[in-house]
Amino acid sequence: MTVKFEEGIETEIEVRDLNLWYSDNHALKNISIEIPEKCITAFIGPSGCGKSTFIRCLNRMNDLITNCRTEGKVLVKGENIYEKEVDVVNLRKRVGMVFQKPNPFPMSIYENIAYGPRIHGERNKKKLDQIVEETLRSAALWDEVSDRLNSPALDLSGGQQQRLCIARTLAVKPEIILLDEPCSALDPISTSKIEDLMMKLKNNYTIVIVTHNMQQAARVSDYTAYFLLGELIEFGTARQIFEMPREKSTEDYITGRFG
Amino acid sequence: MRMDGKFKEHAIETVLLSTSAVTVVILFLICIFLFGEGAALFNEISFFDFLSGKFWYPTSEPPQFGLLPLFLGTLIVTVGAICISVPLGVASAIFISEIASAKVAGMLKPFIEILAGVPSVVYGFFGLVVIIPNLQKLLNLPTGQTALAGSIMLGIMALPTIISISEDAISAVPSFIKEGSLALGATRWQTIHRVTVPAALSGISAAVMLGIGRAIGETMTVMMVTGNTAIIPGFPDGFLAPVRTMTATIALEMGEVPQGSDHYHALFVIGAMLFVITLLINLIAESIKRRYMFKVGS
Repeated sequence: MTVKFEEGIETEIEVRDLNLWYSDNHALKNISIEIPEKCITAFIGPSGCGKSTFIRCLNRMNDLITNCRTEGKVLVKGENIYEKEVDVVNLRKRVGMVFQKPNPFPMSIYENIAYGPRIHGERNKKKLDQIVEETLRSAALWDEVSDRLNSPALDLSGGQQQRLCIARTLAVKPEIILLDEPCSALDPISTSKIEDLMMKLKNNYTIVIVTHNMQQAARVSDYTAYFLLGELIEFGTARQIFEMPREKSTEDYITGRFG
Repeated sequence: MRMDGKFKEHAIETVLLSTSAVTVVILFLICIFLFGEGAALFNEISFFDFLSGKFWYPTSEPPQFGLLPLFLGTLIVTVGAICISVPLGVASAIFISEIASAKVAGMLKPFIEILAGVPSVVYGFFGLVVIIPNLQKLLNLPTGQTALAGSIMLGIMALPTIISISEDAISAVPSFIKEGSLALGATRWQTIHRVTVPAALSGISAAVMLGIGRAIGETMTVMMVTGNTAIIPGFPDGFLAPVRTMTATIALEMGEVPQGSDHYHALFVIGAMLFVITLLINLIAESIKRRYMFKVGS
């Protein structure tokens, strides 16, 4: 499904006829969508509609699931990531992901951030210090943790842990950040901090977020896609989706008639 | 009718309680028995002399009861066993929980369980017939009955414990933590050795401790393959010489000693020492394990 983007905005991810099966369960049906660069695109829909499955297709996290089969194309900057010769490790470096449940590693705050650059070959301590500070600042966490970088990340609050996970993702310098219901385990204050952070990050990154919080989608997203039962029902600017949805089922969902 | 039901419940509870109380009582009685029978030795010689004595000549005149050769025998065999079983065991655990497909892992696990169920005397046979002649030929030794043979056998015998407990610890690392690593562009191997294994480290240490406990307490196999010479082993050349462990000493000599003699009491002291060592190891393993469960649970 294509939408006319605002002046000067290019397509970052183009998905063509994507189908996905978990064994015999046809979980995604003929999804076609173009996701704009340096914007926030939100996927909404009731539980089990395939929105999380779909976002996990964009960095091939579904490869980890046995019996999961995909067909179709996902083009990131024009390159089909489902080609055989694509280096998944490099893809995931370019397309970062933040998960529903904050999942910091059981290490110090510093080590959590330094982990990504390290596995990609950065050894210089000064450089790592710099990356840690920079990314924690961009994730609006520096002021809260700068005096205890060596304490365990698991001692942080849930909201701080989630921002740490975002910082950790930023540390490998991705182009795209996927957020899979990043606030569903957080309190309202932490949620608003993450939302502010997303608004700030979209200047430099393409952001895709799955959320079942419609207010959140309405607040933060520039473009919104509505999924139902494995199908992409409607895609448009957030304004259009929330103010004048074209499809009856979109309207039913956003007005809270089901979901 | 209702009273009947209540009575039945109560009776069942009482029976179950008393059966579990029996284990505690038995343990308690073993302690009293071991320590009581052993303590009599120290009317004759001092505890310190016993611990630091370099010679175990219980039947010479006068007899010498020095624990050192036996303790060091146990130590060298156990250290060797650890060097063999820890790398193998942890590597297998990683393979089974992280690398092998569910099908392959499912096929491997029963074999490991069977390995745990093989009687120790059968391991002894295997060592006697396969390991010892080959060691002798391969290393050109006067005898293949060496500490090394014991280490190899104990290493194999400790494997099931180390594998299955390490595997539990590694599998208990939540998949969302591994996903976090993979999503940063880490390879599967980077994820295993930088995230999964460190996160499971306390569980793995507990597994190693329990494996050591098993190795120290093992009797029959070591007795059959280590040659049983009560001489203080050198290091590292002691691996290629016969040694005698604490457990083997008890098993070999208990049948021969006159009841109530010093020698008899000395064997009890060795038993008590073994009891204390394995108890300590188990306690350490337990506390490490508890710490790790707390960590993963939070």
